[in-house]
Amino acid sequence: MHLEFTAGLYFITDCLFVTYFLTKPNCMKQYETVFILTPVLSDAQMKETVDKFKNLLLAEGAEILNDENWGLRKLAYPIQKKSTGFYQLLEFTAEPEVIAKLELNYRRDERVIRYLTFCMDKYAAEYAAKRRSLKSTKKELEKEKKEN
Amino acid sequence: MQNQSEIRYLTPLAVDVKKKKYCRFKKSGIKYIDYKDPEFLKKFLNEQGKILPRRITGTSLKFQRRVAQAVKRARHLALLPYVTDMMK
Repeated sequence: MHLEFTAGLYFITDCLFVTYFLTKPNCMKQYETVFILTPVLSDAQMKETVDKFKNLLLAEGAEILNDENWGLRKLAYPIQKKSTGFYQLLEFTAEPEVIAKLELNYRRDERVIRYLTFCMDKYAAEYAAKRRSLKSTKKELEKEKKEN
Repeated sequence: MQNQSEIRYLTPLAVDVKKKKYCRFKKSGIKYIDYKDPEFLKKFLNEQGKILPRRITGTSLKFQRRVAQAVKRARHLALLPYVTDMMK
């Protein structure tokens, strides 16, 4: 009798696990990440590093929405005795588990001197969309100017 | 004889009419404060780079919290300094 009972319990927990994995919510969230690379790198090396992180995100099933390179900027205070750095902004949607992997890679990579990942709420997303559209219109304007 | 005690001023005395402070975010309907825009965040800092209190800027509590959070993020990314002198 007792044995049967425990077996039943196991069965129930099993079922729960299975249903959990089957109905696991596919919760994509929108994130924004900014990282600073050391100014020691050449332009090609810098692009390569950025591509490395982009590919990492793509491999994890993330979708990159925006990619902004702010170029070499002056830092407000020295980090690792360096007063400038390459800023890179990426906006993407991904599952929350991806962030831990991304940040682990940031920490392991010596070229990254500072990073920040930020989970966007709806207002932030709205703002980002606005910013993106502004950026694209600016680009178009510049193109038109060049053509003229 | 004119009354000597009556003092007359050429320009009327400036009576302190306190201008009511308001929250600029509520007034202009800004819902999100961007940490990537250091020039905007500088409005909420003093010369030493400290965050100004609500009683001076007039920001509502809700947005003061968001301003503080944004300033701290900007500091982490070296867009704003943690400590300085003569920022403006």
